[in-house]
Amino acid sequence: MMEINNKSLMRDLTSEIEGTSKRWYIIFGFLVIVFAIGIYALVLQIDKGHEVTGMRDNVVWGLYIVNFIFFMGLSYAGALISGALHLFRAKWRAPVLRFAELITVIALCIGPFFIFFCIGRLDRLYILFTHPRIQSPITWDVVAIITDLVGAFLFLYLSFVEDFAILRDSKDVKMKEWKRKLYRFLAIGYQGTEKQYIILKRAKDIMAAMIIAIAIIVYSVLAWIFGVTLQPGWHSTIFGPYFVIAAVFSGAGLLIVLMQIFRKIYKLEKYITLQHFINVGYILGIIAAFYGYFTFSDYLTKWYGSVKMDKILIDKLFEDYYFLFILANYVGILVPMIIVAFKRFRTIRNIVLAAVIALLGLWINRYIIIVPTLETPFLPIQDDRMEFVKYAPTWVEWALTAAGVAVFGIFLMLISKIAPLISISDMEEADENNEL
Amino acid sequence: MNKNEKPENSRRKFLKSFGAGVGAASLAGAGMLAAGSASASPGKKVKVLTTDGTLVEVDQEALSKVKPDTEKLREIARQGLPNRKFVMVIDLAKCANARKCVDACQEGHMLARNHEWMKLYSIQDSEHTSPYWLPRPCFHCDNPLCVSVCPVGATYKRDDGIVLVDSKRCIGCKFCMTGCPYSARVFNWGDPGVEVPDDHVYDPELNTPPIEGTVGKCVFCADRLRDNMLPRCVSACPMGALYFGDLVEDTVTNGAETIRFSKVMEEKHGYRYLESLGTHPSVYYLPPTDRLFPYQDGMDALDESIKVRYKNAGPRGAKK
Repeated sequence: MMEINNKSLMRDLTSEIEGTSKRWYIIFGFLVIVFAIGIYALVLQIDKGHEVTGMRDNVVWGLYIVNFIFFMGLSYAGALISGALHLFRAKWRAPVLRFAELITVIALCIGPFFIFFCIGRLDRLYILFTHPRIQSPITWDVVAIITDLVGAFLFLYLSFVEDFAILRDSKDVKMKEWKRKLYRFLAIGYQGTEKQYIILKRAKDIMAAMIIAIAIIVYSVLAWIFGVTLQPGWHSTIFGPYFVIAAVFSGAGLLIVLMQIFRKIYKLEKYITLQHFINVGYILGIIAAFYGYFTFSDYLTKWYGSVKMDKILIDKLFEDYYFLFILANYVGILVPMIIVAFKRFRTIRNIVLAAVIALLGLWINRYIIIVPTLETPFLPIQDDRMEFVKYAPTWVEWALTAAGVAVFGIFLMLISKIAPLISISDMEEADENNEL
Repeated sequence: MNKNEKPENSRRKFLKSFGAGVGAASLAGAGMLAAGSASASPGKKVKVLTTDGTLVEVDQEALSKVKPDTEKLREIARQGLPNRKFVMVIDLAKCANARKCVDACQEGHMLARNHEWMKLYSIQDSEHTSPYWLPRPCFHCDNPLCVSVCPVGATYKRDDGIVLVDSKRCIGCKFCMTGCPYSARVFNWGDPGVEVPDDHVYDPELNTPPIEGTVGKCVFCADRLRDNMLPRCVSACPMGALYFGDLVEDTVTNGAETIRFSKVMEEKHGYRYLESLGTHPSVYYLPPTDRLFPYQDGMDALDESIKVRYKNAGPRGAKK
């Protein structure tokens, strides 16, 4: 029998499961509309072909691949952060850990769809499994993403088992009968005996360590899709670690943003405090320094030695992409660092601002890694069609991008109806140890 | 020469080798054909090898020609021609930018107007060097990155050096396009909108018609090579700037003139484009020395619609 002694804690964390507010429906409805527009765009693209996108020969990968890298990065960052917080037994982790785990799984479910949008013949996707070639980094990626999906789901599920048992046994929480049945099923007979507790704890530790390793390997594989080509700007040895660091940066940013949103909507101010924002903010700031260092060394070596193609690429970045370059690699890195570094800037609002800047900056960074390189092939682009020379995303691509973000919200909101977004068992444990 | 004549030729070879008692008709050949012809004398029996290797005797009258289907052609196209290693030599001194190679290629492969497998670049290596015209087919590299990165084996390298794309296998991920450092590949972004004859059968060696959502590129006219004919671009070049041949035979020809490959490499200092990338192309260039036509003539002769492509041509990455 799993029982929670702290009744007010139980009430606060399960109120969303009991009932649904009007505001929830409004936000949910809005997200569904954005999603529906995305579906319309997708239908159009399948019907009319990839002509409706801004992609053409030369820039054959555009927004879709940028979003793919971005979402996969968020996912791997969620895995790294949640795994590390769990393993290092960070005392303050209880209210934020589950957000990180949810980011991992949800972003991982969304990311691959952007690859599907980019593929010319969706109807032949099965060939990836019937005629795979192990030499291809895409095959590596298929294997890696599937492995990661299994690992991340397992880790998330293990962290939910105790809460499912608590909800199954709770007398105070009003819920429909089907939900209680669902919890009975999902709790897989967990009763909180000492033996079960130890087994579960050990399983969680093993999975935490494993998903850290998986996340690093998998995101490196994704980086190598670009690194193994000969293209100027991509053919770089540091792309693996550079991508991993950048991923953690975006993941920390998203974690802060989610903490703020759900703290407000679900009235969790009591549990998610300034201290939590500062702690995750520290992660953001430190990673920003590493990420800035990688960015700097990558561009410095390209610029200083100046192989001809690298010079042409860097000239392009500082001409056509000047503002994006400044936004991504100066503002996006320095502002979060400054906000976190000075005590008087460290308010919740500022830290959230830093996180938003970090997220946007990183997305732009991905964009200027992918697109300018493709606009700078070894043989000059000599074409009379403007769209073959310079890439400009169309509304279809933007609509699908927005749909990806909307689906992220939809998933989170739906999950919040089934399972608490803050772990009850972790909070109870932290409460008993006076760690809150 | 078109596709329809091919089975005829192979059939003749097949029957000949069979009649000589060699029985060496390839299984592929046997699978393609249950051979026969209308002019055969009545009542005559012929021996035929079935696909499972059994020798049977049938009335010659009962036989009719079967067109190889796409499945069979796709299988055959994976096998290169035995003991061949195809190379192309492009003499830049002879190129006048007449664009006949491009036209012949587009016509032969049912390509839309600005869908080019053979492309003509205006290249100026640096500020004080002279510009020249560079015809660029697929280089059919011996270390092809496009083949390495393809996740489904849709693009492949054959024993005879040719790199082909099986448009029925291609999933359209475009990784090969980012892998190729020579921009040799084109994508069918929308409905190619070409009229396809009713009896047309897809064959990767010809690789037509273009299929929406897949990648296309120069195929060295592998279909014509099977019939001992030169690629379309080579036959079409009025200046004889393109030579095609075989490294095993050490011979290349532009149709009018046949030369020793090793000798022309030595005498004219042949080179490969962007050698430093390590892709080992099968296309060799002869430098544009003692040119037959000035660069500007090639520009002046162009249609206005094409000329605009080159308005920004010039040395890249020059100091400003």
